[in-house]
Amino acid sequence: MTSPSAATLDPDAPVIELTGARKTYLTGDIEFEALRGIDCRIYPGEYVAIVGPSGSGKSTLMNILGCLDVLTEGSYVLAGEDVSHMNEESLASARNRRIGFVFQQFHLLPSLTAVGNVELPLVYAGVAPAQRRERALAALGRVGLADKARNHPGQLSGGQQQRVAIARALVTEPAIVLADEPTGNLDSRSTADVLGMLDELHSEGSTIVLITHESDVAARAQTVYNVTDGQFVGDSVGIAK
Amino acid sequence: MRTADLLNSSWSAIRSHTMRSLLTMLGIVVGIASVVLTVGLGLGTQKDVSDQIASLGSDLLIVSPGSSTDDSGMRGGFGSAQTLTLTDAEALASTVAVPDAVGVAAEKTSDLSLEYGESNWTTTVTGTSTSWTQVRSRELLYGDFFTEDDVTSAADVIVLGSETADELFGSTAVVGQDVVIDGDAFEVIGVLADAGSSGDTSLDDLAVVPMTTMVETLDDSGASEAVQTIYLKAASSDVLSAASQEAQNLLLNLHGIASVEDADFTIDVQDSLIDAATSVYEQLTILLTGIAALALLVGGIGVMNIMLVSVTERTREIGLRKALGAAPATIRNQFLIEAMILGLSGGAIGVVIGVGLALALPSVLGSTIVISGLALVVSVVVAVGIGAVFGVYPAARAARLAPIDALRDQ
Repeated sequence: MTSPSAATLDPDAPVIELTGARKTYLTGDIEFEALRGIDCRIYPGEYVAIVGPSGSGKSTLMNILGCLDVLTEGSYVLAGEDVSHMNEESLASARNRRIGFVFQQFHLLPSLTAVGNVELPLVYAGVAPAQRRERALAALGRVGLADKARNHPGQLSGGQQQRVAIARALVTEPAIVLADEPTGNLDSRSTADVLGMLDELHSEGSTIVLITHESDVAARAQTVYNVTDGQFVGDSVGIAK
Repeated sequence: MRTADLLNSSWSAIRSHTMRSLLTMLGIVVGIASVVLTVGLGLGTQKDVSDQIASLGSDLLIVSPGSSTDDSGMRGGFGSAQTLTLTDAEALASTVAVPDAVGVAAEKTSDLSLEYGESNWTTTVTGTSTSWTQVRSRELLYGDFFTEDDVTSAADVIVLGSETADELFGSTAVVGQDVVIDGDAFEVIGVLADAGSSGDTSLDDLAVVPMTTMVETLDDSGASEAVQTIYLKAASSDVLSAASQEAQNLLLNLHGIASVEDADFTIDVQDSLIDAATSVYEQLTILLTGIAALALLVGGIGVMNIMLVSVTERTREIGLRKALGAAPATIRNQFLIEAMILGLSGGAIGVVIGVGLALALPSVLGSTIVISGLALVVSVVVAVGIGAVFGVYPAARAARLAPIDALRDQ
């Protein structure tokens, strides 16, 4: 298995390097420029928030960063690997090895237990059952849910489900954790819980990219990028830690 | 992804929708069960027919009166003409003229009513020679066949088929009893062992008397010399065609006919009867197989429908799996394997039901069903193949789903 963790990468080289990133959608005859030339570098260990209103292009940016979609123009180098022109097969592999997703709707499979859900990325990486069980349990331990490993998502609270999802994002030791509105479906207590979890991961050295429209959530990040009309506007706000 | 994980993933997807999976399989279950039954019935019938014909002897030549074909290619007067005579039979028995035949038996038949006390039973009474048992490969259950002396003296003796004896006496141990035909009493000197049936004709419902008795006492057709059939037993099946040729030449000669086309008799070989009978059942089998194939086609379309529904319903799951690193081929394989497992399970259930019916039906229908292991294996393979073929399209749809769209699906 090849899963180079963030730690094995050159700490001075960016994990994410977007250059002149453009994305154009064709809807019928109408061309829509969702991204209009974005340059962005994110370094190992950074905690970055990308904020913007809906329709600003931040979802498109998140899809590009998550290798769920490819650029129309420009280049995207992820952990030293140019993914700009990869086919679906290679993109799937890049997502598996480099990216840990945390979604707004958790996206846990109801038929699998918590540990089964956390194992899923390792299943696609071809890791042997005993080894992936061990790693999945360790990841659940990191989010404080070791005792809920055998529970199904339906038996867990929203906050717990999102923590299972975070464990699933961590289990492959990805280059970045990409969190898309991770607190959008949570009450305030669970929100604090999940954001605290992300803070903790950051302090342990994980690179985190958080996409949100809530400024108080974005405030937890070191750097905040504002997206409007497919471009970064203003200076990125650096928050000293 | 490891193969075991792929199989496991597909299996648990099926397990989590037990009812739907069973309904999806239903078409395949019905299709495969009917294939198993159809093939079993076809093979069984074919076996019945060839067993019967083989029991008559594959070294048997059957000479019938009447030409096989007339100028237009139609059979003319076949079986009803009176062109075969006792003289022909005697000539055919000559080892000089027909050296490859080891036995000849002419048959002169008449449907007559047999009486015993209050009961009576109409059957085919056959007049023949002592060589009949050897030529027709028949054995006696009780008593003896008639002798040359009985033939010479035109004795009033009779040998009954087991079914005839049973119908008349309610028993087969009836040697020494008398049956009355047209007011004449005949002593039962033997009962034939069972030989089964040939198509609709039972080989066990008959009565055999000496040819002389038939001619002098029972036959009132006025054509005392004419016989219905002459059976020739060849020395072996290898010399069957030689014996056929010899018999044909002799009879053409005797009847003063120059050309084979003008022959007033027909020589058949048992093999050709087997071929004719088999071809009928082959056609039947093809027809039934066609119906079963249609059932399987419908079953396959059922699988495709439900798989398409399943892909739509599981759009988010597919999107998530893709986001987590499942390649399009992996997703495609998962759905393809699901369809094949549905086919396999449906096929296996179908085989069990088909075999169950095949074991139960013979006692109801009275027909033989042969369960062929090869047919069962082929059925299951076909079922898996149907799953695969009809799973390709839904699986390709699942593989093509874009992960972003799939994830956003509510």
